[in-house]
Amino acid sequence: MSGYWAGILSILAINIIFAYGIFIPVASGQLNLGGAGFQAVGAYSAGWLSASFGLPVSVTIAFGVIVTGVIGVLIAFPILRTKGVYLVLATFAFAEVIAGAILSSEPLGGAMGISVPGYIDWYVSVIFAGLVTVFVFYLMATRFGLTIRAIHDDEDVSDLMGVSVRNVKVAAFGIGAALTGLSGGLYAHSFSYIEIQGFNALVSIYVLLYVLLGGTQTAWGPLVGATFFTLLPEALRSVLPATKNFLVTLFGETGIVAPPDESWRFVILGALTVLMMVFRPEGLVTRTMVERLQFWRPANRGVTQ
Amino acid sequence: MSAQSPLLSLKDVSKGFFGLQVITDVSFDIAAGARMALIGPNGAGKTTIFNLISGVYTPDKGQINFAGQEISLVPSRKRIGLGLARSFQNIRLMPHLSVVENIMLGQQSQAGGLLSMATPLMGRSRWRREAEDLLARMNLETYPGEVVATLPYGIRKKIEVVRALASNPKLLMLDEPAAGLNPNETASLRDFLMGISEAGTTILIVEHDMGLVRSLCDQAIVLNFGRKIYDGLTRDVQEDPLVLEAYLGSRHAQENAHA
Repeated sequence: MSGYWAGILSILAINIIFAYGIFIPVASGQLNLGGAGFQAVGAYSAGWLSASFGLPVSVTIAFGVIVTGVIGVLIAFPILRTKGVYLVLATFAFAEVIAGAILSSEPLGGAMGISVPGYIDWYVSVIFAGLVTVFVFYLMATRFGLTIRAIHDDEDVSDLMGVSVRNVKVAAFGIGAALTGLSGGLYAHSFSYIEIQGFNALVSIYVLLYVLLGGTQTAWGPLVGATFFTLLPEALRSVLPATKNFLVTLFGETGIVAPPDESWRFVILGALTVLMMVFRPEGLVTRTMVERLQFWRPANRGVTQ
Repeated sequence: MSAQSPLLSLKDVSKGFFGLQVITDVSFDIAAGARMALIGPNGAGKTTIFNLISGVYTPDKGQINFAGQEISLVPSRKRIGLGLARSFQNIRLMPHLSVVENIMLGQQSQAGGLLSMATPLMGRSRWRREAEDLLARMNLETYPGEVVATLPYGIRKKIEVVRALASNPKLLMLDEPAAGLNPNETASLRDFLMGISEAGTTILIVEHDMGLVRSLCDQAIVLNFGRKIYDGLTRDVQEDPLVLEAYLGSRHAQENAHA
């Protein structure tokens, strides 16, 4: 496999895990705009342990997951007292604090970043992405999954039904943070080098977009969203120059507006994002859509008759 | 708890919001197995009473006893486990959950602790089977897998009652269950609630449809401006001068009394 494709598959797998880490709190109604901060915690925990002590990759990644999960649970208590846009701002501020702390920390390389020994091949991340996907599908099918979706719809009624709203929200936030930390650890070891500029606000925004545009009602959403938005810019990377060459040979480059080249791919991505928000505000994959697709199943057919 | 002591009893309960007194010194008892109606003009405080009993609000003053226990300070989340379940004036089912999932949410207080959170609810799980059985027993000819938001109003209204029943309550509190239903649907709701009552569940309903109140409830409490003005048999309620005055104004009450 070429290095290009190995890189794409690594980043795809990491983005899927990352998106699931954001999805779990979002499914319980808590928008997390601090994804990059949690991912940085996971990446730097694993990277630092690996660079300083030369521990095996399995240990460093597990360490990253635990540190991020614990931090997630600890900050969930104060952060979940805020609601709506304030929660979004609080998570965003958390990511900025993490970035600032790492930037001014000498052991973590500051602005220079750190080289991470213990390279892992693309298939390690892909296997983890598969495991995480199965885990999240299972989680969403449990009573815990039922309660987080109930809290998303109506917190007060969930409480009256006997759901411990605060505990479930904290657990969702913590599990999400741990998964985000896993994506960070895998990132650090897949790309052998991390710098804090790689965990900026744009990263937090993109991963939230994967989840919101993919759909927050089922575990399919983040999978579809992360895959679509990771692969689309790559597809456009080769399609756009080809289109340009084609148009140039057909008409010549005579007009005022030159045919689109590769730099247009983010314009197309942005336009697509807006279109999707207009036409599918609940995301690409919705609950009803999954139900419809399952109608061929005999169990459901019996009910509809 | 002796056989005579009431299932639910309010003693001098008061509640105000920012200086506005909404409930003033309300006391009443509901015996186990009763079918009680809570009626009164709009703004009389009926829903506030529901919110006080279910724990959405804490009373400023007074006591609420349920099944031999003072519950005013029990967190709202724990009350359904004691046997207090309710529905809402405006349907508050979870719109993105399917019918059967809403019922399984109603079982939450029955399902137990932390370990239950990790049990899957798919396919042949015990909870899903019980929820489907309950729906079938209540003659809900609908699709258990259907997402609630897509269902007609009357069906959703019934499902909300079934969700409350899924917690296996001692007292079922329904806030205007017949609002917005046509006469056929109301009749079927009445039979449905009669069946629940015969199975041993105590019922407290807030309702404006007097036909339903008369045919379902043997007893009624009437509130006006946050005070209790009547507590007795349903069949006598429309002859009570205070009640007539509350609904029709004092002139009508006098004319009626003279007639």
